[in-house]
Parts: sequence; structure tokens; C-alpha cells
Amino acid sequence: MTDDLLERLNIAAKALIPALLSGLLIILSLVPLRSPEVSPITPALGLTAIYYWAVFRPDLLPTWLAFLLGLLQDLLTGAPLGVGVVMMVSMHSLVEIQRRIFVNPSFAMLWLVFAFFAAASLLLAWLLGSLLLGQLLEPRLLLLHYVLTVGVYPCLAWFFGKVQQFFL
Amino acid sequence: MQKRPGTVARIASPVRALAHRFHLPLLVIATLGTIALGQLDLAVVERARLMVLDSAAPVLEAVSEPLYALEHATESFRELAELRQINESLKRENERLMVWHHRARRLEAENLRLRALLNLAPEPEARYVSARVIGDSGGAFARSLLVAAGSADGIVEGQAALSGEGLAGRVVDVSERAARVMLITDLNSQIPVSIGLTGERAIMAGDNSTEPRLLYLQPGHHVAVGDRVITSGHGGLLPPGLPVGVVSHVSEEAVRVRPYVEWRNLEFLRLVDYELPGLIGPLVEKQRPTGG
Repeated sequence: MTDDLLERLNIAAKALIPALLSGLLIILSLVPLRSPEVSPITPALGLTAIYYWAVFRPDLLPTWLAFLLGLLQDLLTGAPLGVGVVMMVSMHSLVEIQRRIFVNPSFAMLWLVFAFFAAASLLLAWLLGSLLLGQLLEPRLLLLHYVLTVGVYPCLAWFFGKVQQFFL
Repeated sequence: MQKRPGTVARIASPVRALAHRFHLPLLVIATLGTIALGQLDLAVVERARLMVLDSAAPVLEAVSEPLYALEHATESFRELAELRQINESLKRENERLMVWHHRARRLEAENLRLRALLNLAPEPEARYVSARVIGDSGGAFARSLLVAAGSADGIVEGQAALSGEGLAGRVVDVSERAARVMLITDLNSQIPVSIGLTGERAIMAGDNSTEPRLLYLQPGHHVAVGDRVITSGHGGLLPPGLPVGVVSHVSEEAVRVRPYVEWRNLEFLRLVDYELPGLIGPLVEKQRPTGG
């Protein structure tokens, strides 16, 4: 009886890992890194997490969780409400729609697809942000944001891979 | 991992099927609803922001501390190499500053005497709280910082945030242990300033670029590149005379200001609690529900 309960608790706890990890990364993307070149912009770590788990464990990170994580990002960064939601939900939906790409994908392939999807969802978020703020947001910042996000993908994907290997 | 159908699954599956069927419309409605909620400027949203801020603050604090330590370590290594040079330039700077120091002392004394002559009302007292920067919204969508001081430390919405060099921003959200500072470069930031020796007035408005614009300048103004920009103190929220930056660009379309703040080494911010003098204080407080 207790063993069964423990077992179930263990499974439940493990099932929470992708969501918790994504949330933590969204918080961590706020950590001030003041290296002069990277200065005002940080990569969208949360977006990478959403992509990875949407590809490999969509059962543990369904769309509604992506929605909540986007909301968390909006509340935390002080951006107009909805910008992060659109970013995360569009990323998740793109993966859902194009699921057949991800049958036995190579790493390079995953990275390439991420570069495309991230461009789409960041652009969407940028358009919405510009609309809500009533002014076109600096496109250069968006580009930098995008390049950084795609640039850190390999590190994060490697890390997620290890986590998946050990816990899931 | 093998999935085992249990009681929960048996009850959940019809619900899941239903949710699956209306998946897309539900998602669209929820997203639009969130956007609308954000535009309505509700107190609930504000409360949610503060709650999230408060729960994220300990994590950010814990992470940022070793990062700062690491940065200090690399910094000191680099400085060690250039020690002689730094010393030399500091000596020169010290000499220059001593001259200014004497001049400031003389002016202060003179100012005091003149004030006494004029019977001028005393300036309101300002109280400073130093706070560590623990977060940077750092996206393309907002320009704000999180600091590890909140209402428990006497931080109030509207207070000015200064770096060592000049004005960095204004406090916009305060939770118990953290606060959000909207930077002067943010799209929503508008600060009353005065420019140059003539004290020309304008509103400095951010546009998410590194150099904010000056709005509402008088036609035929004499603003020139290199003029100093300071806060004018209008509106009673910010103390007058805080250094902001220098005019960097003047043209037909826009006048821009380069802030004094060094954005990349912001580790601490000083938050200024500016107490309005008794006479106009109550008048302004009335319009400002969060004040005091």
C-alpha cells in the first residue's frame, strides 16, 4: 500500500519536472548578466524549454501549461499581458501542428526547426507587443533576442536531454 | 514508462476528450481574454504581478549573488593588471575633483547665506535606500529592473532610482520584498526634466532605445548637444536636480538624451524617498493614493 503510494508520488513528482524546469528558466532569464556585448537583452530561455518538452514529452507539458508559463513570463517581466502567452502558445501549437517532422529527428534538424519556430513565435509576440504599446518596438532588439535564443539552444537541449535521460 | 489506466484516467478521459475537441477555440479565447485583461488595468492583474514578483525574488537573489561575486573576481583580476595605470588616472581625477570640492564648499556656503537672506523655504528632506539589482526584464518588450527591497524597507511607488552616475528609473510596482523599477528608456517612462543652464523644460520620454527623446520643448528652444539634463521636480514625484544625462542629438525630428547611467554595471540602485514639504504635500498626496 505505502509502496504503491510512494511509487505514485514518485511518478507524479517526475511528471512535474518539465513544467517546473520551464518555470525556473523563465525566472532565470531575468538574472542580470551584465556582459557588455549581451547587455540589455537576454535569451528567451522559457521558449526553448517549451519547444523541447513539446517535442519530446507533450504529455507532461500540454498547451495549457505553455499558456500558464507564458502568463508567468508576462507577469514577471512587466510586459503587456498576452505577449508571453502568445509567444509560448504559438510555439507549442507549431510543434503540435508539425508533429510529423519530429519522427526520429537528428539534433541539427531539431535546432533548425527551432530556429524557424522561434522566429515565428517571437515575431508574433513582437507584433502583439507593438500593437498593445501603440508603437513599433525596436526591431534590432528583437533580432538580438532571437539570435541569442537560437544560440543557447544547444546548451539547453543538451541539459534537457540529460534531465530526460535521468528522470523521465 | 508504461501507462496504467486507473480510476482517475477513467473519469478524466471524457473530460479530456471534450477539452480536446474544443482545444483550439478554447486556446484562442483564453489568449484573447488574457490580452483584454491586461489592457483593462485591473487590480487583480497588479496583485498577480506582485505575488509572482515576491515568490521569484528569493530565487533571483540566490542566483544573482554568486554571479556578482564571480564578476567581481574577474574584474579584480583584470584591474590587477592595470593597477598602475588606474592609480595614475585616479590621482589626476582626484586633483581635479579637489578643485571642484573647494568650489562646491564655497558655493554651498554662499548659497546658505543667500537663502537666509531671502528667507527661502527649506528643501524637502530626501531619504535613501540602497537595493541590490536582482532581475532585468531584459527583453525586447519592456525595460525594467527588479531590486531586492520592497515595502518592508520603505519603498513606495513613484520613488526615483539612482545609480552612482544619475537617474536610472522610477519605482512602479512594490511588493513586500521586491520592487520593479521602470527604466527611463522604457516606452512608458515620462519624466519632467530641465535642460542646460537656461533650465528649458521638457518631458523626457523613453522609446526602448538607449537614448530617450525630449518632448514638448518650446518652439525656438536653445537646446544644444552637450547640454546637461536634470529632473525638474515638476509633478512632485521626483526631487528636482537629479542628474539624468546630456543632450546627444538635436534635429528637426527629435532631440535625444544620453543617460549618465552605465546600464551594464548596475549592481545597486539608490531609491530616493522624497518627502514633499508640508505645504503642498497633502495636496499632492490626495491625488496619489499609493503615496505616503
